[in-house]
Amino acid sequence: MSSAVAEPEVPGLPELEGHFTATIEHADRIEPRDWMPDGYRKTLVRQIAQHAHSEIIGMQPEGNWIGRAPSLRRKAILLAKVQDEAGHGLYLYSATETLGVSRDELTEMLISGKQKYSSIFNYPTLSYTDVGTIGWLVDGAAICNQVPLCRTSFGPYGRAMIRICKEESFHQRQGYELLMTMMRGTDEQRAMVQESVNRFWWPALMMFGPPDEDSSNTEQSMAWGIKTHTNDELRQRFVDMSVPQAKALGVTLPDPDLVWNEERGQHDFGQPDWDEFWAVVKGNGPCNAQRIAHRKQAWDEGAWVREAATAFATAAGEEKSA
Amino acid sequence: MAEVHTHDPDDHESAYAGLLVNDAHWAFGTDFEDPLAGVDTTVPDGVDASTLATYCLMLGDDALVLSQRLSEWCSRAPDLEEDIALANIALDLLGQSRLLLARAAAADPSIVPALPEDSPVPDEDRLAFFRDDLQFRNVRLAEVANGDFAETVVRVLLFSSWRLAVFEQLSSSRDAVLAAVAAKGVKEMAYHRDFSARWFLTLARGTEESRRRLVAGLEQLWPLWPELFETHSAEREAAAAGVGVDPAQVAAEVDVVLEQVFAASGVDRPDRGALAGIQGKKGRDGHHTEAMSKILAEMQVVARAHPRGRW
Repeated sequence: MSSAVAEPEVPGLPELEGHFTATIEHADRIEPRDWMPDGYRKTLVRQIAQHAHSEIIGMQPEGNWIGRAPSLRRKAILLAKVQDEAGHGLYLYSATETLGVSRDELTEMLISGKQKYSSIFNYPTLSYTDVGTIGWLVDGAAICNQVPLCRTSFGPYGRAMIRICKEESFHQRQGYELLMTMMRGTDEQRAMVQESVNRFWWPALMMFGPPDEDSSNTEQSMAWGIKTHTNDELRQRFVDMSVPQAKALGVTLPDPDLVWNEERGQHDFGQPDWDEFWAVVKGNGPCNAQRIAHRKQAWDEGAWVREAATAFATAAGEEKSA
Repeated sequence: MAEVHTHDPDDHESAYAGLLVNDAHWAFGTDFEDPLAGVDTTVPDGVDASTLATYCLMLGDDALVLSQRLSEWCSRAPDLEEDIALANIALDLLGQSRLLLARAAAADPSIVPALPEDSPVPDEDRLAFFRDDLQFRNVRLAEVANGDFAETVVRVLLFSSWRLAVFEQLSSSRDAVLAAVAAKGVKEMAYHRDFSARWFLTLARGTEESRRRLVAGLEQLWPLWPELFETHSAEREAAAAGVGVDPAQVAAEVDVVLEQVFAASGVDRPDRGALAGIQGKKGRDGHHTEAMSKILAEMQVVARAHPRGRW
């Protein structure tokens, strides 16, 4: 009987790549312990972190109105919603942690400007009504972007997105319901709704990113199954969904080119101001500096608390093992 | 093995598409729901309606004003877990205040501020948004600025220890609404006390810096502490009628709890006297700190601009 012990087989790179590609092709999930190309990992960290940062920075524009919400019921709804966003940030940071990057590292990258967040949050909330408009249009656009991500190839991201999408959809209904209620109120309230929609419509369209011909990351992300629809496809879907909702609400959308195209079975619509988009992306939006300063201040001012918690936990651990 | 949903069709899209359907089934419906709908709001026999209403305002205003303060932490807490926890506490208190203000209005409608005849603003919001600071009955501990995280932890510990003891007794109030609010509130206040006591201990035993800040926060708030146990005439009458709790009666019990937290944390009880009132009048009489009219200015600004507004 042979006593030779077989060497454990270490799969070669071509084999690993083959397995990875097959998993993507079968639309199965890649899990954290599976082999993955470096580029895939980097792209995921960039995208999930950006998404997590968006949730956390996104707390600010709506949080701006918690203290001034005009009814106790609306105050509770708004506070609970902003709290949900903190929760989404938590799930998503956890998903990136499975790729080997810690929440602390990511937060540092956010406040040093090395990683981005959704540009929509660089627009200010100038009226309480914006809470409703953000729910309807911004959360609506986010859902259009995110629903396909429930089937994204990386398991932890896809699963986090399922839960997030359900909650986002609830937020969107709450926002729309606020606007609907205000439209049944006074003339001033109706004017507030229209004014807010006028300000947020174009930034909401920008949320899908630049036109496909200018989107540098789309092609590779689609091949890897991280992204499943192009920017322009999702933008079209959003416009087609929003038009009947605007009509039911009784507001107009501020686009003179918006018209139903019978032949295409879709709406034709105008283009957002892409110069403004790039200005905001590059840091010159109305609130870029303010949003980062707010996050940095909270993080810096909380440092002594996090240090105390670590010191306390360490001391408690030592006591236990002593 | 649990089913793993990796290949769901776009079933989450249906939620989005459902935006235009009849929305009556939404959790937050289109119509304002009276928080006391279906509850018997008859004032118990032998209870003065005005006393009951004033007592409810006191407990309701404590919760409302502290909730407003704690919600200022939202997006500013030391980490996401604390952000979520402080929002939870603020939401619990906000929920308590809605019921208590609605109860106050139902017991004595004459306390509700008048608005234009066609105003749809419900009673709880009239009380929250259309009273001035002199009409608010909260203790001053609820209204002062947040300070740092340590000071907030101290405030939540002091307030929740006091309110938990009050609610434990209030849950057997002769007033069915107060009894129900207190019975539900006991669980909430126990969580608030647990959260703050854990952090009190953590900060006391954490670093030199955290201990310094914790002790400073305790020193800062301590003068506001005795006010919680001074029995106001409305509290005395409500207690005598079997609907309220005389806070002086829970002082010893609350003291034991605090002593335990202080001892575990190695923190001394501050040696500072009580903050005086104005001719003896304090928060329960509507005499507040300068912070009060400012916090209300922020809270009430949108509601007051739209006395006929529908939200």
